[in-house]
Amino acid sequence: MPAGVRPFQSSPLARLGWLVLLVYLAWAMSSLEFSWPRFVLGLDNGAKFIARMFPPNFERWDLLVKGLSESLQMAFIASFLGVLISLPLGLFAARNMMPAIITWPVRVLIIACRSFHPVIVAIICVKAVGFGALAGIIALTVASVGFVAKLFAEAIEEISMKQIEGVRATGASFMNVVTFGVLPQVMFRFIGFSAYETDANLRNSTMVGIVGAGGIGGTLFAAFQRFDYDYVFAIVLAIIGLIMIGEGIQIWIKRVFRQ
Amino acid sequence: MSAALSIRNLVKEYVAGKPVLRGISLDIEGADITAIIGPSGTGKSTLIRCINRLVEPTSGEIVFEGRDVVKLSGADLRAARSRIGMVFQEYNLVERLTVMENLLTGCLGKTSAFKAFLRRFKPEDIGRAWEMLEIVGLQTFANARADSLSGGQRQRVGISRAVMQQPALLLADEPTSSLDPKTSVEIMELLVRVAGSRNIPVIINMHDVELARRFAKRIVGMSGGLVVYDGAPDGLTDATLKDIYGGEDWLH
Repeated sequence: MPAGVRPFQSSPLARLGWLVLLVYLAWAMSSLEFSWPRFVLGLDNGAKFIARMFPPNFERWDLLVKGLSESLQMAFIASFLGVLISLPLGLFAARNMMPAIITWPVRVLIIACRSFHPVIVAIICVKAVGFGALAGIIALTVASVGFVAKLFAEAIEEISMKQIEGVRATGASFMNVVTFGVLPQVMFRFIGFSAYETDANLRNSTMVGIVGAGGIGGTLFAAFQRFDYDYVFAIVLAIIGLIMIGEGIQIWIKRVFRQ
Repeated sequence: MSAALSIRNLVKEYVAGKPVLRGISLDIEGADITAIIGPSGTGKSTLIRCINRLVEPTSGEIVFEGRDVVKLSGADLRAARSRIGMVFQEYNLVERLTVMENLLTGCLGKTSAFKAFLRRFKPEDIGRAWEMLEIVGLQTFANARADSLSGGQRQRVGISRAVMQQPALLLADEPTSSLDPKTSVEIMELLVRVAGSRNIPVIINMHDVELARRFAKRIVGMSGGLVVYDGAPDGLTDATLKDIYGGEDWLH
């Protein structure tokens, strides 16, 4: 072994990094009263809460169904609009298809769409267009664009340029290159992304109602505020059912369009 | 009538000051097979791709059907491209499209995006595609996806796509380099046959000197971005091959 050389030497900078992380975590826990005694204190409260949730109360099922179907409608409309807007945006953001002068502004727009949580966008939309499903649909659409357009752009950037060259060489116009060269290569991934986004919107659509943007969330929030915990449980069970159905549909779509 | 294709002082620099093509002049006349041979990296592919502007030439002239391709843009450029069929080393088929769709890709130059999206091609184009599939023996594969075919089959689809353009010139960039020797000969025979029956010239980049000798009427030897030999296959002696590729040990 050469003198002065130790194998497996860790960098002092990396060690310092770990130390800083540990110190910060310890400080954060102590300042937020994140401790065992505090947890035990909370358990007591939690037991009462859970006791009042049983049995779930489905008496106001009509309100529940109305909220759920509104959430479902919002999720599908927002996913459809989001994908529709994302198709051109994804193409414009793909660096292998467009010059930087176009990709950069479009990328900034996409990043802007995804920089806020749907609930924050929903708050803004409620202020802008008023309470109700419209605000929720806009909020979910914005979130969908931020997510799906980015995935579309990445999928387009990963296509084989040889196939594009083959189509270009025939004298095809840009739009023909897109329909015959780009689309066949990304179609199946696009369908997968769209199914995934619909599933995500299903979950988010149950939440934007908390800030008044329509859907089952509003019903859930109202039930919480009136301490109707048995009704809360009924709503929660219904949401779980909805999400599971969404999951099933997603698996089915992926199986149908596999390859 | 003047030459079908006339290249004058063609220069291509990917990096400024480092030309890959250093002033190529070539005239392609009649309906013969011209093979371009030369060492790897000497600009054979670049030359071929400059002709249909898949690569932008730095300077020079490429006159095809009476117009300088180098100066064309937009719809004029696409119209010129649609008159030049191209066959690629790695076939460059759209793998997820069917064989039939890949053939009809050759008609995209005169099909609107809307009709292409809905696959509304002209009946006579579809008829020509069936005829072409019969010529290359792939009729039963019309609805098979391109990525399910073997290399030789894919190249036959590649040639069919180029012919579907009803081109006035056929370019082939090392069309047999990814294929086994037997399939290579079959592909070359097919190229000669379809070009002969349509009476159009073919320019082929090749690595295989023997294959070039066997099929080409004219051989262009390139080295260092310049044409160092231009003549009949018979004139291709060991001395000229040494000029083209350098060294001589490999010749024996």
